[in-house]
Amino acid sequence: MQYLLLIYDQESQWGKLSETEQGKMYQEYGDFTQSITKSGHYIGGNQLHPVAKATTVRVRDGKKVITDGPFAETKEQLGGYYMVEAKDLDDAVAIASRIPSARFGSIEVRPIVAREGPRP
Amino acid sequence: MTIEQIYREESGRILATLIRLLGDFDLAEEAVQEAFSAAVEHWPREGMPANPRAWLVSAGRNKAVDLLRRRAWFEAKRDELARLSALAEEVSETPEESMLNDDRLRLIFTCCHPALAREAQVPLTLRTLCGLSTEEIARAFLVPLPTMAQRLVRAKQKIRDAGIPYRVPADEELTERLETVLLVVYLVFNEGYNATSGDVLVRRELCGEAIRLGRLLHKLMPEAAEAEALLALMLLHDSRRDARASASGEIVLLEEQDRSKWHGEQIHEGLELTERALGRGARGPYALQAAIAALHAQARRPEETDWHQIAALYELLMQEQPSPVVELNRAVAVAMGSDAAEGLRLLDALEERGDLKGYYLLPAARGDLLRRMGSWKAAEGAFADALLLVANDAERRFLERRVAEMKGKIGG
Repeated sequence: MQYLLLIYDQESQWGKLSETEQGKMYQEYGDFTQSITKSGHYIGGNQLHPVAKATTVRVRDGKKVITDGPFAETKEQLGGYYMVEAKDLDDAVAIASRIPSARFGSIEVRPIVAREGPRP
Repeated sequence: MTIEQIYREESGRILATLIRLLGDFDLAEEAVQEAFSAAVEHWPREGMPANPRAWLVSAGRNKAVDLLRRRAWFEAKRDELARLSALAEEVSETPEESMLNDDRLRLIFTCCHPALAREAQVPLTLRTLCGLSTEEIARAFLVPLPTMAQRLVRAKQKIRDAGIPYRVPADEELTERLETVLLVVYLVFNEGYNATSGDVLVRRELCGEAIRLGRLLHKLMPEAAEAEALLALMLLHDSRRDARASASGEIVLLEEQDRSKWHGEQIHEGLELTERALGRGARGPYALQAAIAALHAQARRPEETDWHQIAALYELLMQEQPSPVVELNRAVAVAMGSDAAEGLRLLDALEERGDLKGYYLLPAARGDLLRRMGSWKAAEGAFADALLLVANDAERRFLERRVAEMKGKIGG
């Protein structure tokens, strides 16, 4: 089964970390990504620019409405994601719990809707 | 044994096995229903089979193949077809006792998975393991039927779509996950135990179901001391079921209960289990509560109750599971043991902290202690305070009687 692991944490906290601490986080992320690649779980993943760089698009009555910022102001912001292959929810949760940000943020584990393959 | 009885006792087990074989809650449920329909049709004619359970599992499996075949025809899903051929190849076998037990254990842990909302865990457990109908569960929890049905549907959909696995957790997680399972069982028991309104009969059945689940857990996990303790606790509480209310449904307090109506065998079993659990080192909340219940159960008359021990146990319980309610109970035990004045002081402190605002048992307990001390006026005031907070008819009538009693003492 495929899951999206959505990484939420308080962006404001990142700025408070020293350069050394930030470097350590990147290292941990690198190690983590490597390890789930090796174990065959990794499908994809990315860090995202902070929500200040986000743009939200809505189309209403045929009109495109573009606003600066995320879709909603939230206490924790989406900072990145992993897409993984896991045998079941427990497997996906185990992976998610190893994401470095899990220690102070929240990781949402979302199952991806399976689409039919080509008909026989 | 009638088919209804077999349904009550076996449907959970058969469902568990079919879920394992089919990997699908809904399909398994449909198959169980159809298997029992087939039984209702065939058994009166052909006589009850030697092994009804095996017959039903076999019938369920065959029905599932039919269902898949019908679905596959309409949906042409490759997965379904693959599963079909796998099923067809399985040699017909008599399910072994151990395998059936493992299946039920897997099922309990699945129903109590932390990814499911608590309000879904409890009904799902009752529905799939105890064979209660959605109507019965809705009535028991005083929830509208469509709401309860929706909760169950959503829970099963989540199990399917989020990939909640059907298995007993690995050792590292077992203790934590077992905690949730025990809590769910305890919640079921409490719903039944505290039933004084609504459909009393159905809610009383909940105690029976909870005890059955408790027995199952204890049987399947004999090393789990807290599971043993929970079973003991439930048995001890339940042993008093016929003494807790008068014929007209009025509350009878513990010290006023006719102890000859307590169920001796259940007490005996409960005491044994408590001793074993404690001997095994269990010191968690269920073990401590069981020990307290055991002390009450061992007193042949209220005067023989070992209140000092009970107070000491409540102190331990406060460390395990700190809560103002536990503090309240401890205060009462202290008062009953020796020091009514000290007990009152503890209750007053609780009142001051404001943790139990709106909880009628706090002023009611104060009222009770004041009554024992002969402070009629103060007791009346406390009972009157409690009356403002009470929600339940039987409890209201009880407090009204107390107020009248106090008025009588003052006047007389």
